[in-house]
Amino acid sequence: MSANGKSGRLGRTLLWLIPLAFLAAFFFLPLGKILATAARSALENELGLSSFKQALSPLWFTTWQAALSTVLTLLLGLPSAYLYSHYRFRGKRLMRTLTTLPFILPTVVAVAGFTALLGPRGLLNLGLMKLFGLDQPPIMFMNTLWGILLVHVFYNTTIVLRVVGSAWSQLDPRWEQTARMLGASKRQALREVTLPLLRPSILAATLLVFLFDFTSFGVILMVGGPYFSTLEVAIYQQTMSLFNLPLAGILAVVQLLCTFVITWIYSKINGIRRVPLMPRLEGEILRQARSLKEKVALCGMNSLLALLLVAPMLALVLRSFLRLAADQGNRGSFTPGFTLQYYTQLFVNSNQSIFYVPPVSAALNSLLFALLTVVFSLVLGTLTVYAIFHNQRSQRWLDVLITLPLGASAVTLGLGFVITFNRAPLNVRHFPLLIPIAHALVATPFVVRSLQPALNSIPTSLRQAASVLGASPVNVWRKVDRPLLRRPMLVAAIFAFTISLGEFGATSFLARPETPTLPVAIYRYISMPGELNYGQALAMSTLLLVLCGLSIYLLEKLQPEGMNEI
Amino acid sequence: MKNKLILIFIVVSFALASCQAKSIPTDEPVTLTVMTHDSFAASADVIAAFEQANNVKLVFLKSGDAGAALNRAILSKGSPQADVLYGVDNTLLSRALDEGIYESYESPLLAKIPTEFKMDASNSALPVDYGDVCINYDKAFFAAHNLAIPQTLTDLTEPKYKGLLVVENPTNSSTGLAFLFATIAEYGAEGYIAYWQQLKENGLVIVNDWNTAYYTNFSASSGHGPQPMALSYASSPPVEVIYAATPLDDAPTASLVGKNMCFRQIEFVGILKGTQHRELAEKFVDFMLSVQFQEDMPLQMFMYPVNPDASLPDVFIKYTQTPDHPATLDPAVIAANRDQWLNDWTEAILH
Repeated sequence: MSANGKSGRLGRTLLWLIPLAFLAAFFFLPLGKILATAARSALENELGLSSFKQALSPLWFTTWQAALSTVLTLLLGLPSAYLYSHYRFRGKRLMRTLTTLPFILPTVVAVAGFTALLGPRGLLNLGLMKLFGLDQPPIMFMNTLWGILLVHVFYNTTIVLRVVGSAWSQLDPRWEQTARMLGASKRQALREVTLPLLRPSILAATLLVFLFDFTSFGVILMVGGPYFSTLEVAIYQQTMSLFNLPLAGILAVVQLLCTFVITWIYSKINGIRRVPLMPRLEGEILRQARSLKEKVALCGMNSLLALLLVAPMLALVLRSFLRLAADQGNRGSFTPGFTLQYYTQLFVNSNQSIFYVPPVSAALNSLLFALLTVVFSLVLGTLTVYAIFHNQRSQRWLDVLITLPLGASAVTLGLGFVITFNRAPLNVRHFPLLIPIAHALVATPFVVRSLQPALNSIPTSLRQAASVLGASPVNVWRKVDRPLLRRPMLVAAIFAFTISLGEFGATSFLARPETPTLPVAIYRYISMPGELNYGQALAMSTLLLVLCGLSIYLLEKLQPEGMNEI
Repeated sequence: MKNKLILIFIVVSFALASCQAKSIPTDEPVTLTVMTHDSFAASADVIAAFEQANNVKLVFLKSGDAGAALNRAILSKGSPQADVLYGVDNTLLSRALDEGIYESYESPLLAKIPTEFKMDASNSALPVDYGDVCINYDKAFFAAHNLAIPQTLTDLTEPKYKGLLVVENPTNSSTGLAFLFATIAEYGAEGYIAYWQQLKENGLVIVNDWNTAYYTNFSASSGHGPQPMALSYASSPPVEVIYAATPLDDAPTASLVGKNMCFRQIEFVGILKGTQHRELAEKFVDFMLSVQFQEDMPLQMFMYPVNPDASLPDVFIKYTQTPDHPATLDPAVIAANRDQWLNDWTEAILH
């Protein structure tokens, strides 16, 4: 590697310079500007210490609900990741696509799905009320803590399933076999061999899930109700309704600092050891479930996943085809009827509004932004992992920095974008690329987290062998790294894609009426009264689900033969 | 893989090219940018007529709810991102005026508009429309249970209405805030907390946003929730009729319009200080106050026109009740006390 000195050094500098420049321009600059504005107005108006204390009170709840949500998500995700990386079964690909879909759902829509299932007049409550002749719905879901936890698990299980599952399927089975042969029990082998080898991926997934739960906003607001508040909710309230920008700024900094500390700790724990693993044939460890125990485990886990992740979406889709005519004055009984009206109505601009969104063009806008997000974040993420790989010690901070956008308050960053990109050529009004750029800020940490464990486990001997045999550095990358990174790359692409497709926070700040996305259109319908508007919001959400499902299916299809199975 | 990359590259460059192409104007009409809240809407032909008559291209910059749009305007004060700001209402007016984001403009059409709507003597903010935030009720439920319709705010604390009302959190939602102001108008700054405590004891349900209140909790919406009374707008009943899946011969809901039960929101438009297109901006303000726009508005934004010459659509007249004594508060009083009221309310009711 030292043979091509100067150009190699330049190349390596570019590796970290490009992601850093991107972060500086699109993250630190807007964030700095808005925080500076907040600081200026803090100096002008004296900031009461009491209001600061009061505003900081959500910190404790924010932390423990995130920790609890993460534990629950791991409890569901890890066993699923094991089963999905070790067994072949019918409908596996469908289930894997379906379990990814929650990730794209805008909160309003996810809540609509959960309400259709568990709400005061959801299927479950109606059934129980009828069965036992109850007057009141027995299951309370809205405005409860377990509602929050449930929806967090719904959203984030796919992170564990994909990130850990991908690593597990590439794990060399001979390590575990050796341990077993040397007399270790199954449990011992798992504890002493497999889990330590999987640790980087498990840690990465845990970090991502925790940060998502830590900065949770929509779920807390809608499912938790007014009695629960996280930092992000407090930031929103201080900014939008109390106009206390200084306080909002301080809270945003606190949230960012927490993210920094958490990511730093993660990076410390994670980065100490690097275990090279000989790459294995994809699908080598896959087999059919044979024993009854295995079959029961598979069946049980899939039912659980279907119940927690798929059922709410199914309820949503079902509801988009159903009219519920309430029986006169009776709050608990309805006559359902099949209808396609919500869908046909989507294509009609019934009141000649200038803001009418044709579903096809909203879908195309969404797809275009999502594809751009995939490109941006894959490039940035790949550069970042290689920069860290080549200079572990001094560039660990890049790892931390690139993760920070996950912990940035969306409200604060959105306002930052608005006041920073105010002039040509980077004007919020005329530069539509700001939307995929904002999405890429959130997606890149996912790319890094999926690629890093895989890259670190590639044995150096493979690259050395290639070099010795005369391969140029570019060829070494093409022949050694690239094939081995293909699967984590795919996982990363799917995350980037879904993040962009469902994202609403930044889009609502940056969207222009000419290029509305599907989530923007959904919000437009659901913020008006009227059965048709509600129905159309559900129909549009179903379209979003189908669009995303198809895209994931196609993305996975892009893999070469033989890799499709995992 | 290489082919894929090339494909992606083509897609991206095509996308970039199409974005570029869009921003290059062909016959050079001047662009006038209007910042609004998300609920702004208008008919395509009404907007097109204005654009043609003035050789202008209107760009609407939707910026969240009214508070978010105002925040954005204040933060970009000096180098405004738009020429006109529409959507600041009487609960936010003082803040907008104090920050000095507007240029004053005495539109000739102001002469027609009743004085009760003109809240800014300097004419920096000109009234465009108004609407009442009211509690909607499920007509079928009240009929089936032979329940009397509540006539006053105090009625709502009676045991027979226990657990039947859902409202929005005033710290998160503009409708919730409007209702908080209505209770302050009725009971005063000293009495409103006690009233809310009584409501709470009577099983009041509080949720964070209008969506949840209307679609999850309200029994007369298509969400079929458990509460037959929900805080929404006086114009929601006609909207239920207009957007019904099957034609309705009557609205499923109606509003409680007793004294001080509804809060009247008035929405304003103003020219942003520092605009490069002052003359066009004036024309647009005139346009918003003209009969053409004012008659288009009710069915687009579900608000009432302030111009008395504008006639209302039949469905509005038929299904909207107009409160005789809507609650109002002086915008200056709101601006001075808003934070304190909200903090006190949060302390007493939520904690």
